[in-house]
Amino acid sequence: MAKRTVVPIGPYHPLQEEPEHFRLYVEGERVVDIDIEIGYNHRGIEKLAENLSFDQVPFLVERICGICSTSHPIACVQAIEDAGGIEVPERALYIRSLIGELERIHSHLLWLGLAGHFLGYNTVWMWSWKYREPVLDLFELITGNRNHYAMMKPGGVRRDVAAEDIPTALAMLDPLTKQLLMLKGAVVDDPVIHARTEGIGVLSKQDIIDYAAVGPTARASGVAIDVRRDHPYAAYDLVDWDVAVTENGDVFDKVVVRIVEMLEAVRICRGCLEKLKTVGGPIDSDPKEVPPGEGIGHHEAPRGEVVHYTRSDGTNRPIRHKVRAPTYVNLPTNYRATVGYNISDACIILAAIDPCYCCTERMAAVSTAGERLMDGRDLVRLSQEKTEALRSRMGVK
Amino acid sequence: METATIDPVDGLRAECGDGVVKVDILSERRAYVEVRADALPAAARYLWEGCGGRLMTCSGMQVQGGFEILYHFAFDEACRVVSLRVRLPGASPSMPSIAGWLPAAEFIEREMHELLGIDFPGHPNMRHLLLVDDWPECNFPLRLRDDKSG
Repeated sequence: MAKRTVVPIGPYHPLQEEPEHFRLYVEGERVVDIDIEIGYNHRGIEKLAENLSFDQVPFLVERICGICSTSHPIACVQAIEDAGGIEVPERALYIRSLIGELERIHSHLLWLGLAGHFLGYNTVWMWSWKYREPVLDLFELITGNRNHYAMMKPGGVRRDVAAEDIPTALAMLDPLTKQLLMLKGAVVDDPVIHARTEGIGVLSKQDIIDYAAVGPTARASGVAIDVRRDHPYAAYDLVDWDVAVTENGDVFDKVVVRIVEMLEAVRICRGCLEKLKTVGGPIDSDPKEVPPGEGIGHHEAPRGEVVHYTRSDGTNRPIRHKVRAPTYVNLPTNYRATVGYNISDACIILAAIDPCYCCTERMAAVSTAGERLMDGRDLVRLSQEKTEALRSRMGVK
Repeated sequence: METATIDPVDGLRAECGDGVVKVDILSERRAYVEVRADALPAAARYLWEGCGGRLMTCSGMQVQGGFEILYHFAFDEACRVVSLRVRLPGASPSMPSIAGWLPAAEFIEREMHELLGIDFPGHPNMRHLLLVDDWPECNFPLRLRDDKSG
């Protein structure tokens, strides 16, 4: 019987906002089983929400995640609006979509940079994060903050977009399309990236359906679901854009879906900014109460659908507020995506769903033959060494 | 997988008969269907396999006199969410697991088990999900303040 080695990854890594712990069971270099543990960042948000008013809950859920900090508030206020039958003025809808899409661009660029780093493409990493900076500047221009924008409230948004800022914002978006196309070319035309990511970590359509996976993880496997199109909200049915879908389900397709999605997100931002030039009116319907009832809100976050369920008993506080983040359903797909692949591919496969994933300096590989310690850097090194080996074998510099 | 050709709520009535206790159609996008606990696995299976529904998540909560679980199924092509509601009276709630055939339910059933103390007999892997492994037994954080223990 082949010797089985356990490679624990996690739980903490300073670059990622959500710790997780994976135990990879390896025979030789092949992953034969995986165990997933979460819960290292459980903060009791749902219980805390029961002690806050409906006006305060969006601020609480904004703190769930630093990267997609507006996704939870959008889903949350929509759940409250669903429960209370609250209308939202048209101008606020455009601002909600604008913020949601800017967030998608900066989140995907962050992921693309990390994925590049894991594969040994540190230039992609530097470029992606360089191009991400103007997006954060744009956030600062519109919301006053580079992150944690505090824009969402039940019934609308908290800040208007000033008319004089719209031309500046449009001008700041201009170079982004060109930069994204350049990044797309850098990924799609590179034979080594193809070799490292094609046919790796494949998820079939049935895997997606079984685990109810969402977002780019689902769309890269040919499952064309997108809450923005399927359950229209905010201004997603008021501006032109397309859903990015590919068929192969491997890491390469997940990269392509995210890059195409960023280009579509720029389109949506442009559409919203143009509309904001002409659509006036209030940005908030200023609801005074939430009647007894229950509501569901969902939003297509960068990583997939985020779901909030809230129940009101007629007081100003929810008696239950349930949150389901996209990684919660995407993470278990690793049970199928990692098994059968090489340990040097595990790094990019686990990163491919864009989880709040981590490989840490506390990681330890313990061999049955004796003690042997590895850390998170070793896993990245293994991955980068494989890229280097492929480069020299394929004669690519 | 079949796509929804008939209305999932009408289909549930036909599939589960008197297992369906109450239907609330709040809007074109939202429907809440209360089913008897013993009819839930068949109802959930019908929505997943028969209608192509996607299990978004479940939300459990403690209510007066017992517990309540909502299984939220999204029908993406029909722009609709149908939630199955199950009421579990008493202090020791138990609900047959659906994670054996629906992997998407595995995590959330583990979560409801440790946070609310709802038992899911038949679950393939009922370890702690969010809480630490040495969390005290019969201490369920999401229960109401005056009833933390099972």
